[in-house]
Order: sequence, then structure tokens, then C-alpha cells
Amino acid sequence: MDWQALALSVKLSLMTLVFLLPIGIFFGRWLAYRRFIGKSLLQTVLALPLVLPPTVLGYYLLVLFSPNQGLGLWLANNFGTTLVFNFEGLVLASIIFNLPFAIQPMQRAFASIPSEIREAAACCGMRPSTVLWKIELPLAWPGIVSAMVMCFAHTLGEFGIVLMVGGNIPAETQTIAISIYDSVQSFDDQSASIMSFSLLMFSMLTISFTYWLSERSSHTHV
Amino acid sequence: MKKLYLAILLLTFNHLALAAEIPVIAAAASVKFALQDIAQEFTRDTSKKVRISYSSSGNLTRQIQQGGPFEMFLSANSHYIDQLYQQHKTLDQGVIYALGRLVLLTHKNSKIQLDENLAGVKQALQDGQLKRFAIANPIHAPYGVAGKEVLHSLGLWELSRPNLVLGENIAQAAQFTSSGAAQAGLISYSLALAPVLKNRTQFILLPANLHQPLQQSMVLLNKAGETSKLFFNYLQQAKARNILSRYGYSAP
Repeated sequence: MDWQALALSVKLSLMTLVFLLPIGIFFGRWLAYRRFIGKSLLQTVLALPLVLPPTVLGYYLLVLFSPNQGLGLWLANNFGTTLVFNFEGLVLASIIFNLPFAIQPMQRAFASIPSEIREAAACCGMRPSTVLWKIELPLAWPGIVSAMVMCFAHTLGEFGIVLMVGGNIPAETQTIAISIYDSVQSFDDQSASIMSFSLLMFSMLTISFTYWLSERSSHTHV
Repeated sequence: MKKLYLAILLLTFNHLALAAEIPVIAAAASVKFALQDIAQEFTRDTSKKVRISYSSSGNLTRQIQQGGPFEMFLSANSHYIDQLYQQHKTLDQGVIYALGRLVLLTHKNSKIQLDENLAGVKQALQDGQLKRFAIANPIHAPYGVAGKEVLHSLGLWELSRPNLVLGENIAQAAQFTSSGAAQAGLISYSLALAPVLKNRTQFILLPANLHQPLQQSMVLLNKAGETSKLFFNYLQQAKARNILSRYGYSAP
């Protein structure tokens, strides 16, 4: 078991959640409650990572942040940093890659809150932020939690894009999924099988947990 | 909630700061096991550590061009290092530290006959015994280029082409063969001699004149710090040379 890689993967997943939780809530609510011009276009773009091959996203990120040109060059000159082949780059890639996994379940959760409840709260003089904290979030939380759990698991398993924009650098971008690939290429079948089995069990747990959550929330009536 | 956020942020960046002190070295997959042994000795002798990232030399060259955090590069040919030198990514022109060789590798129980002229391979290709023949991807892996050259030299390229499987790098080509997924492969001598492969596979060393010399080269990159410079020198000393020759590398 490559503990260093596992720790890195967990950190990457947690960092991704730190960013995706507010992003998901914002877009989830917005898409659930508002109608605006370009909504379907926005929804399409946000859902793209579901079908886009990770290598395509990886390629664009590599081009965008290459320190030889454009934005990457500007970042390198002004901040002395780059967003490829390091952990920060992985976090960014991971956020983009997980957008639909965060937003879509949250959007469904917010959409399932009857509008009368929110209207009643507004009529009682509650400020929109209070409505969010006291009414919407408590009602939408199973959707939010299951979105977060899916994002966490999905990040642990990310492979193509991590290899492409992260390379395979120990303690920096060598996540558990890459470490499995690496140990297969080092003929270390034992580590590969231990790590693969742990990830398999973890994925099973994750999915059963989200099913359990949705089951539970479908019994709760508002 | 705010505290949890802060804790995650702090923990992550603290961890990264610790890791950042250990230099990252980019190395061709062919030198993996030899370099692991050398790095271990290096740490024992100097109590300094290095992190090593393995891939095909072409792939690593691209990562270096794209701003990868590497301090030193070990390539399986000198061509990629010349290219990086011309792009001002290296401190100097680097050195050739060893010469690599190719072997024909098969699984231990394989019935394919091992010989220097690949007559057994030709036979097995014709009678359908050899369905998958592994080489590294010649587009970005130097050992793949050499493998292609060997097949050309022996007039087997056209015959073997439909049966070739390309490894992402030479270690993957070796893995294809050692697992039995490919019935034979053209693999680096250095991997064939690795203890983990020795008891699962058999091989025969191919004549060096069947391909262009595989000049194993290394160079310090612009970001090189003290530890990398020490490691660069260490690789040229007797102890490292002995390990390299144990893995089938000859002196340049």
C-alpha cells in the first residue's frame, strides 16, 4: 500500500470539496430557481465533463497553462508559478472535472423544495440568506451530502487527467490511481492488488451510502 | 465549518511544503530498477533524498518543456537532451552515462525459440503462435525506436506490424510480456535483469549493431539545486557505475 499516494489522493479530494461545496450550492440553486437567457447553454457547459474524455480536458489545460505562452506565461512571470505538473494544477483540474457531479444532485435537491415553502418564508420577512441557511440547506442536505460523497470518490479514482496534467510525481501528483498504474509497471502485483481492492471496497461503500441517503430522503415528506 | 476549511487548507499546503524540499528527477522507465538502487545508496551515503518520476523519455521531455518541476533528467537517448539544451531548459549539454541494450523477452513457459536473429519470432509470427508482440511506442520512447530499428534490420517490420502492441514506455511493454498478455517483446536489458522479472521471464541479448546506440544521457535542468547536483555527480562514481553494470549497462 502506497500510503503517501493515498494521503495525497485524500488531500486532493478534500481540497476539491472545499471549492466545490460553495460552487455547487451557488450553481445548483441558481439553476434550480432562476430562468435566464443562456441557461441551457450554461447547463450544457457545466455537464460537459460527464461525457468529455479526460484527455481532452487534460489537453486544453496543458495548452492553457503551458508556461511558454499566454496565460501560463503570464502566471509564470507574475507569480513564478504554473498550474501543470503540480498539486495546485490537479486541484483545478479536479474541480472542473467534478462540476457536474457536484452541481446536478444539488440542483435536483434544491428543485425538489416546494416553492410555497420558500415563498412562505419570504412572506414572513426572512432575508434570502436566512432562507438559505434555515430552510433550503436543511431540506436539501441529503442531495448536497451525496454530491460531496460522489465528488470525493470520483476524485480518488481520477486517472487520465491526473496523469496528463499532473505527470507522475511522488508526493506531488502521484495519486492512488496513478500509484496502481505505476506498481503494475514496476511488476509489483501485490501492491497493485491491495490498492485496487481497497479502492473497489471504498467505491462500493460510497455508492451504497448515496443510495441509502436518497432512499432516506425520499421517505421524508415536507 | 470555517475551522474545518482552514484545517484542510493548512494541512494540504504544509504537506506540500515538506515535499517540495526533496528534488524531483525525471527518469526514463528503462533505468527504473537500477536508479532505485542507486538512489537508495545515495540516501544511505549522503542522507539526502530524491523523488523520481518515471515515464518514456519523450513524454518526460514534453513535461519539462511544459514547465514540470524537475531538476534533473535521465533520458534513454541523447537526442531529447540535445533538444532541451537548444531550448535553454538545461544547465549544460549533459553527459552520456551508459549504453543500453535490447533483449528479446518471453514468458518463462513460452515455446517461442530465443535467438539473436529473431528466427524463432519469425517462425512464431508465421504459425500464429505469436499474436501480440510488445515494443515501446517508437513515437516517444527511445527503446521503442530501437525495437523498430531491430525489426527493420532483420526484415521483420512488415511481418510483425499487425501483431505489435505498443507500451506507453518500455516498462509497460515489459509488463505486457511478463504477464503473458503479449507472447514476446523487445525490452531493455536493464529491465530484463531486474530481480522481479528474472523469475518470470527468459531473454536473449540482441546484437548492438541491429539498432542505433542507445546513449543513456543525463543533464541538470535549470531548476537544479544542491541535492540534484550531488546526485548527478554520484551517478558518475564507482558505486553507481557498478550498479549500472549489474543492470546490463555498459560504459559509454
